[in-house]
Amino acid sequence: MSVIVFVESKNGKVSKASFEAVSYGSKIGEVTAVTYGEVDASSLGEFGAKKVLIHKGLNSPNDQQATKLVVAAVTETGANVVIFSQDQIGKAIAPRVSAALNAGHASGAIEVPKTDGDFIVKTNVFSGKAFAYVKLNSEKKVISLLPNSFSPEKSEGTAEISEVSYDLGTAGITVKSFKSEGEGIPLPEAELVVSAGRGLKGPENWGMVEDLAKTLGATTACSRPVADIGWRPHHEHVGQTGVAIRPNLYIAAGISGAIQHLAGVNGSKTIVVINTDSEAPFFKAADYGVVGDAFEVLPKLNEALKKFKAAQ
Amino acid sequence: MKLLVCISKAPDTTSKIAFTDGNTKFDENGVQYIVNPYDEWYALVRALELVEANGGTVTTITVGTAADDPTIRKALAIGANDAVRIDAEPTDAYFVAKQIAEYAKTNGYDMILTGKETINYNGAQIGGMIAEFLDQPYVSLAEKLDMNGEVATLERMVAGGSEIVEVNTPFVISAAKGMAEQRIPNMRGIMAARTKPLQVVPPVEASLLSEVVSYELPPAKSACKYIDADNMDELVELLHNEAKVI
Ligand SMILES: Cc1cc2nc3c(=O)[nH]c(=O)nc-3n(C[C@H](O)[C@H](O)[C@H](O)COP(=O)(O)OP(=O)(O)OC[C@H]3O[C@@H](n4cnc5c(N)ncnc54)[C@H](O)[C@@H]3O)c2cc1C
Repeated sequence: MSVIVFVESKNGKVSKASFEAVSYGSKIGEVTAVTYGEVDASSLGEFGAKKVLIHKGLNSPNDQQATKLVVAAVTETGANVVIFSQDQIGKAIAPRVSAALNAGHASGAIEVPKTDGDFIVKTNVFSGKAFAYVKLNSEKKVISLLPNSFSPEKSEGTAEISEVSYDLGTAGITVKSFKSEGEGIPLPEAELVVSAGRGLKGPENWGMVEDLAKTLGATTACSRPVADIGWRPHHEHVGQTGVAIRPNLYIAAGISGAIQHLAGVNGSKTIVVINTDSEAPFFKAADYGVVGDAFEVLPKLNEALKKFKAAQ
Repeated sequence: MKLLVCISKAPDTTSKIAFTDGNTKFDENGVQYIVNPYDEWYALVRALELVEANGGTVTTITVGTAADDPTIRKALAIGANDAVRIDAEPTDAYFVAKQIAEYAKTNGYDMILTGKETINYNGAQIGGMIAEFLDQPYVSLAEKLDMNGEVATLERMVAGGSEIVEVNTPFVISAAKGMAEQRIPNMRGIMAARTKPLQVVPPVEASLLSEVVSYELPPAKSACKYIDADNMDELVELLHNEAKVI
């Protein structure tokens, strides 16, 4: 099977989610990665791409032009499967491509599709509370892979890199400016997350959350009320109505574990819960629990981690 | 300004998720349906605010059966002028988007708003597909939206931050948190909603490109291991050697 993977980059570097998508695609068929602008595509071969097509003239992946780019690449290669990462950019482009190609779209994929007989993709639904097996009936198929759900594999391969130049029309959207959330790994990509809720009592107490995150190299998150009252920025709000994440480690301090909160974090591989109330519902979803005061436990955990890191 | 807001129903966020018929159907037993929060809190309310400030109309559109009418009436109670229901089971995203795009093509709107995703399927597909069918720009994950004549300024979520973008009407957006504050319908709104027009329209032909063949619940979590608050070294040790996440 011939597979196209749309590869995103930032400041010339391929995103982590795109490496996952390329590696995932290579389990389905022969991957041609399609990307844009000034980008270092040299390592895509190690993740399983056989070919890379770069459209240098496109600098930002706006929805309309990126769609034309992917559709042109599909036409050129005759690919029947197109893969995106289900992140902010993928969400803007994948549905367009699916409509343009009359292709069924499996969104929120978490496993390599079964292709013996029918083409069936396992996807995350009900905010992670269930999975759906989606059968794609169309000749062309689009898959959006959830970030952090597939571990990319690296090998020796190299990809043949070529430049393309298609007619991409114009962009309807003009980007005026960009506001950074700050340095660090964005939440949807983060493998380690330290999160806190209303149990922390006030924004002035977040120092210990940030200290712990710093020791771990983790990204910080919070529960919805904390973002709503303005203790923390909105982009940190995780849950059913915030960002849904699937890190390897999610540490939650002073969060009760309401069903809407769990919906956004239950894809985490390991959950640590710190709460004064031994009856807090979050403990039911936890792998490790500490019944105790976050004001004491977080600094102690930080010290223990520093000791561990120093000994490594 | 003529605005079209896509409204979908979704199970209440506290619903127990279960399946019937050999795990092929969502078990609706005891499930309360609400307006999908992203459609209601953000897309619909912001559309109403824009029309209140600049004049115009807000029409809601839903692909669904008569079972969706209470959800549609709720959107009318919040303040939409009228509603359209395309009379068909919303089988997959492509089918739904095709229906809405065809309706919008004949009726012409300055802006089509969707929620960023539904909380049951989390597909985030409808807006982008509609935009492609109509050949219009699509501003996904918009957190702010202001209009100045035909030019809209939006803020939207992108990797590592947010972007300020400009776009001319007509266009399509998906609305995320930050766009507006939830509105609770008042008694007058609820009364008025009963008599507001709800037009039922037959669907157009569209092929079924995808279907859910079965559902599955995640495996039950094994019991939580408790660690003494004074023994954080043990927790670190477990995270390293047992969970292997650090
Ligand atoms: C439609 C809808 C959507 C929603 N979406 C989301 C969502 O996306 N994300 C989300 O998070 N919420 C969401 N909510 C809200 C959710 O229901 C909860 O209200 C919210 O998650 C509670 O936040 P919390 O755990 O920080 O606060 P609380 O529920 O107030 O819990 C605070 C916790 O801190 C503990 N605590 C107190 N002091 C300490 C201490 N010193 N040390 C340790 N622990 C302490 C308490 O025992 C308690 O368990 C949604 C609700 C609705 C209705």
